[in-house]
Amino acid sequence: MKELSVSDGVIQYIVIKLGDEQYGIDIKYIDNIVRMQHITRVPKVQHYFKGVINLRGEVIPVMSLRLKMNLPEDEITNTSRIIIIKLDVAAIGLIVDEVREVVTLGEMDIEKVSYEVKDERSGYITGIGKSNGGLISILDLNAVITE
Amino acid sequence: MDVSQYLEIFIDETKEHLQSLNEQLLILENEPENEDTINEIFRAAHSLKGMAGTMGYKRMQRLTHDMENVFSEVRNGKMKITGNLIDVLFLSLDALEGYLECIQETADEGTNDNEPIINELNQILEGGVGGGGETPKAKEEEKKEEENTAEKKWLSISLNENQKHAIEVAREKGCQIFGMTIHIQETCILKAARAFLVFQAIEAKGEIIASVPTIQEVEDERFEFDFSLICSSTDNFDNVMKEVRNVSEIESALGEVIEPVKEEPVEEKPSSQSEEKPAAKTEDTKPQTVKAPTPAPQQKKPSGAQQKQAKPIVNRTVRVDIEKLDVLMNLVSELIIAKNSLVAASDSNRTANATVNENIEYLESVTTNLHESVMKVRMVPIESVVNKFPRMIRDLTKTLNKKMELFMSGEETELDRTVVDEIGDPLMHLLRNSADHGLESNDVRIQRGKPEVGSIFLDAYQDGNNVIIEVRDDGNGIDIEKIKEKALERGTVSPEQADMLTDKEILDMLFLPSFSTAKQVTDVSGRGVGLDVVKSKIEALGGDVQVKTKLGEGSTFTIRLPLTLAIIQALMVVIGNEKYAIALGSIETIEDITDQDVKLVGAKEVINLRGNVIPLIRLNEILDIESSRVEGSNLIVIIVKKGDSLAGVVVDELMGQQEIVIKSLGKYINSDRMISGATILGDGEVALILDANALF
Repeated sequence: MKELSVSDGVIQYIVIKLGDEQYGIDIKYIDNIVRMQHITRVPKVQHYFKGVINLRGEVIPVMSLRLKMNLPEDEITNTSRIIIIKLDVAAIGLIVDEVREVVTLGEMDIEKVSYEVKDERSGYITGIGKSNGGLISILDLNAVITE
Repeated sequence: MDVSQYLEIFIDETKEHLQSLNEQLLILENEPENEDTINEIFRAAHSLKGMAGTMGYKRMQRLTHDMENVFSEVRNGKMKITGNLIDVLFLSLDALEGYLECIQETADEGTNDNEPIINELNQILEGGVGGGGETPKAKEEEKKEEENTAEKKWLSISLNENQKHAIEVAREKGCQIFGMTIHIQETCILKAARAFLVFQAIEAKGEIIASVPTIQEVEDERFEFDFSLICSSTDNFDNVMKEVRNVSEIESALGEVIEPVKEEPVEEKPSSQSEEKPAAKTEDTKPQTVKAPTPAPQQKKPSGAQQKQAKPIVNRTVRVDIEKLDVLMNLVSELIIAKNSLVAASDSNRTANATVNENIEYLESVTTNLHESVMKVRMVPIESVVNKFPRMIRDLTKTLNKKMELFMSGEETELDRTVVDEIGDPLMHLLRNSADHGLESNDVRIQRGKPEVGSIFLDAYQDGNNVIIEVRDDGNGIDIEKIKEKALERGTVSPEQADMLTDKEILDMLFLPSFSTAKQVTDVSGRGVGLDVVKSKIEALGGDVQVKTKLGEGSTFTIRLPLTLAIIQALMVVIGNEKYAIALGSIETIEDITDQDVKLVGAKEVINLRGNVIPLIRLNEILDIESSRVEGSNLIVIIVKKGDSLAGVVVDELMGQQEIVIKSLGKYINSDRMISGATILGDGEVALILDANALF
């Protein structure tokens, strides 16, 4: 499987849900997926930062993906998870409604987003993947995290 | 030879030598006849040349070589120290520093030949000595010099009776006796191993009779760069020397055949004749018991080309990569977190028996000591940063055409390595500022009845958990009215606001970005990128900077830095349902205040504490938390200090003192300045650390 993904542009994605929509996150950026836990609020920060958590002795900032993408506030349920992303060296957590599955998509399965669609969310999406009939928006993590 | 593994050592040592050269040159400028200094300079330049050569840095080698030639002439009294010469030498040092920087970044010395400097050096050399073609001569002389000092140390080996006897025995058996002195390259890392190979090579051919230092000392690496020995061999001299020179990293091996000395008294002979062979044997296996070497090192001191001033023989230090220390510090941090959670667990479980509590207390004291020890390891004196300043002030004297002198104290004050690395630039800014804006020109000083030469002081000292560094000058001081005008002109404040401002608030505006009151933009300072950079840098290190001034008498910039960055003692407080940590270092007292004691001045709440009017800060408002305080109950006010000013911080509840590990919030989150980090509590919860300094 691994050899495959390296050899011809096939990438594995973790599929998460926000509301009814499915999003894909490149698995190579994912450090960990943890259950919801107590988040310590940090005053006076960007509104989409919910605070910080303790992940095995490291303090990691946690961002609400929903708020970042201008969706309604999170409703924490049993399926809510924090996905720990590691870009460069710094880690960051993203709150998602649910983690579904891992899918493998080739370049052929992903359609680039047309630039006509100009809304808040499209800036964070690099393409739309198709898997088992469902549509998966591929997240541009750099844009999500750094902007 | 692959030298990359030595690169770090090379860089470190080159830095040390350059620093030493800088310092010695400064001394030389004032005392041109100081021979010790001249010798010291010569040695440092010589080592630099050797090291650069070994590492294959040809350009660096060439420049140091030319510098060395000049020093050599000076040392031989053929040339006088002149201002021009010192200037050129300083330029050469700067060029060497340039090479070093290049090497540090790319492991290559770069392509700058620094031809002008080399030409100037050679001109000086020719002019100073008189007559051309002196360079090769100087070189030769230097070489001879070296030989004279290094050569024939074996002659000073004093032999005891047993060793003399061993020599005779060897002669009787038809062996020749050789004396030799072996120099190991200064860049050699494993001197002892090289020396061991030399011994092995000789022992393959014959026997070592005496060695200075003793074989044991040599194997323990307790020698500088050379050792001398006397050995016997049946082989001829050239073959033995060839074997010795075959050992790698040997700089030179000199030696000669020692002819029998006839006048030796023979009194010892009868007693030892009975045990001829054994005597010789024992000598080479246990020469360390012999008393001979004790006076010998004394004798060779003055001749040792590389010896610095009396260096303790056993100076056992280890160079450690700072990253390894960081790892160690992180582990200590984790240990403290684990300890804190044990403490929390035992607190919540009251039934825990006494032994558990006792052991937890023991663990606490061990972790605290461990933390202190690790911190101490990371501490370095600020000397390494401040000792480049005398040179800078010297240069400024010339560029600004103002006479000034720098007085430093407390260079031995220690700070965390990471802080020391960062503190150089801010201090440099402040010193330049004092030199350029602070001090008046010499004429003005004389008019005002001040000493013509301006004084700048750099004082460092430890104050509790902080280190204070003060930069002071006896110059003109800062004109507060001028800052006010400037602020109005820039629109930083409105006229009404300006009237309300205290002197201190006005002075603080100096630290705002692009706020320079210099009338003229000079090369030295006045580009408006000074003080705000200083401030942000110091604050990034968890410290703060303040300024005091008296018009006409001078100003003082005071930098306060925390001793350590990673682990601090903190007071844990509760506001609403959130927990915060406040560094104990910034807390003055804790007060119980009734509602009636809170007065309003303007729109601000203040309290009168023993005659001091102190502004009150309600944390719950700043942090957007709903206070859990019962209406009408007394306020818990933590009095925090920043420099000389105090403020009262209102919290809902005190939890107690705790040792906390400071963690960063990460780069993605734009936290307010008053949140300086986070820490993990015993129960695994994250608490934020409030920076009391940012509340003012």
